[in-house]
Amino acid sequence: MRSIRAAAVGAVTLSLALAVTACGGGSATGGGSNDSPKTLTYWASNQGASIEADKKVLRPELDKFEQQTGIKVKLEVVPWSDLLNRILTATTSGQGPDVLNIGNTWSASLQATGALLPWDEKNFAAIGGRDRFAETALGSTGARGEDPAAVPLYSMAYALYYNKKIFAEAGISKPPATWAELVEAGRKIKAEGKSPLGAEGSNLSENIHHAFVFAKQRGADFFTADGKPDFTNPKVVDAVKSYVDLMAKDKVIPAGDAEYAQNQSVSDFAKGKQAMLLWQTASANLKSQGMSEDAYGIAPVPVISGTPGGGTQVNSPVMGINMAVFKNTDNLDGAKRFVKFMTSDEEQKILNKAYSAIPPVKSAQADPAFAAPDTAVLKNTLATSAAALPQVPSESQFETTVGTAVKELFADAAAGRPVTAGSVEAKLRKAQQQMPAA
Amino acid sequence: MTTTAFKEPVRQAPSGVAARASRRPGRLRRLSLPYLLLLPALLLELLVHLVPMVIGVVMSFKELTQFYIRDWGTAPWSGLGNYQVSVDFDAPVGEALLHSFLVTVGFTLLSVGLCWLIGTAAAVFMQDTFRGRGLLRALFLVPYALPVYTAVITWVFMFQHDNGLVNHVLHDQLHLTDKPSFWLIGDNSFYALLTVSVWKGWPFAFLIVTAGLQNIPRELYEAAALDGAGTWQRIRRITLPSLRPVNQVLVLVLFLWTFNDFNTPYVLFGKSAPEAADLVSVHIYQSSFVTWNFGTGSAMSVLLLLFLLVVTGGYLLLTSRGRRAADV
Repeated sequence: MRSIRAAAVGAVTLSLALAVTACGGGSATGGGSNDSPKTLTYWASNQGASIEADKKVLRPELDKFEQQTGIKVKLEVVPWSDLLNRILTATTSGQGPDVLNIGNTWSASLQATGALLPWDEKNFAAIGGRDRFAETALGSTGARGEDPAAVPLYSMAYALYYNKKIFAEAGISKPPATWAELVEAGRKIKAEGKSPLGAEGSNLSENIHHAFVFAKQRGADFFTADGKPDFTNPKVVDAVKSYVDLMAKDKVIPAGDAEYAQNQSVSDFAKGKQAMLLWQTASANLKSQGMSEDAYGIAPVPVISGTPGGGTQVNSPVMGINMAVFKNTDNLDGAKRFVKFMTSDEEQKILNKAYSAIPPVKSAQADPAFAAPDTAVLKNTLATSAAALPQVPSESQFETTVGTAVKELFADAAAGRPVTAGSVEAKLRKAQQQMPAA
Repeated sequence: MTTTAFKEPVRQAPSGVAARASRRPGRLRRLSLPYLLLLPALLLELLVHLVPMVIGVVMSFKELTQFYIRDWGTAPWSGLGNYQVSVDFDAPVGEALLHSFLVTVGFTLLSVGLCWLIGTAAAVFMQDTFRGRGLLRALFLVPYALPVYTAVITWVFMFQHDNGLVNHVLHDQLHLTDKPSFWLIGDNSFYALLTVSVWKGWPFAFLIVTAGLQNIPRELYEAAALDGAGTWQRIRRITLPSLRPVNQVLVLVLFLWTFNDFNTPYVLFGKSAPEAADLVSVHIYQSSFVTWNFGTGSAMSVLLLLFLLVVTGGYLLLTSRGRRAADV
């Protein structure tokens, strides 16, 4: 009895310990080949309202590719919450897709794993050349001075979405261009009993994107020129505090948004509960939630003073999706043909329209569909006042650690605890110290 | 061990007498059969548990980041570096691990204690037969039977600040709080986690204690009742001492499950748990798979394993001593 119990306890302990200990592991040093020239596996990121909606958009295009080339593409749409870990697992095991979508901000981090095919001149030539792509989009494809680890597929930017009816009721004639104007508008909107601005306080990536813009507007960077974290730089501290102060001090973001992480602020905006939303390419999402395009306006994200564009008046990170090829693919030529197909003018127009994104391919941008007022704001932002997030190998860790720090600061603000320069600096210091040594 | 036992009869096989020789293969087969039957399980155990664990230990001595995960064998050795970082409680990584460890210990003690208490109380209550007992027993087991993800995600909805049922009841209906509370961020997250953990864990205690109660002879209670013992005395003098062996296993299993619980905090809070509810399992996951410090994450796992082995060993030693003393 005793030995059975001891054995059971031992087994339980081992199993439980293994759940956290075992990381798996293996070698994936193999290079690419053309052993399976007729099939490709493609992991697409979830861009639309649902995975099914994405399949409806992509499947006809993939069938078209099969008709043209005879290569059958096996599609899997991966939710964002799983994508990075799935890529990491595929990198470790060597058992991944041939072609995949990555968030463009992860480019340098994934490039550092060495698992992705570098886009040197020869590979770029196979898809029509590097010059076809907008320079801003190419800025988020990997570390400076190295061949890109991916090719831009969809470009996006942040903008200020505002509810025309709520603005009219509050007597606001034009969207705020500066943060001071936004806070002022917020006061008027609150007087009308509506929530001024939405945020996703518990969404780490959202936190980072906004903190980055606030830092850029102060001429600050989260990393030094040689790629070292510099999170406690006073300007960075000021930037993060100013963003959180929209809830803590200015009270334009409601306290309840501190726990939002599942796009609830987009729903609040779509339902007319809230007057403003800082979001990237929200049109398709708003439409799917039943909000008419006439009901809202779109303006550039506010800046500290003056107008966006040029110099430090950055008002959005360069957002978007890149397409990468796993270096150990069994269909190297087919993978490149597929990337060429997806970045062709025709497909760029179809896909970017479907996802209300901007084509990173310059010749496709000229299509009249991308000159509509909402996309024009995004296009202009990308062209003049967007900056790439830090292209350093530890970018994905930066998103997590600093994103968590901002999340905790929002939790403090929501609980009514003071958010001071000291408390912001302490959180950012902790975040910096958790960063892995480069 | 297996190999020796398996080879022993072969070494002793004689070469002379024909009759004995003919009996040998039969005996050999009979002796080796149990080991052959065990072999697949042993191989699986080796592959599924032991090999990954050894790999995990090797990783803990390596400087394993995203630069090396594609071929982790090439990652440079860091000696005890990852362990030093993990236990340097004055530096942020060690300090965060210690904080997480202490939160986990407090959480585990409270959760296990409450699970045991509620489970035992319910089992004792359900000892007497009454109308609807079967239905009630089935209802008690629902939290244990539900898939973890489904159950916890339902709690996430209930804990929402603006539209959650918990705030609706506590604030809107009972007026116990002056404003709606946050349960999924900030300090209250600890109580949210504890609530879900106890809700999910006590039915197991109820199940095990109920099984234990079946083994207590009714005559003992009858004799005690004749001697004038009240309900509380019967529980204290008969029920609890009789349940002791069952409770020993129950508490240990609950402790190990709760200490290592990953699913509940992960589904409740996502990959970055609030500081107040930063359990060590999620903390290690974050170190390994979110900040991609696989070496440090592995070192933390090994430290956790050692801690659990020491606690388990100490607990077994104490309880077996207690039992021996009781036997004497």
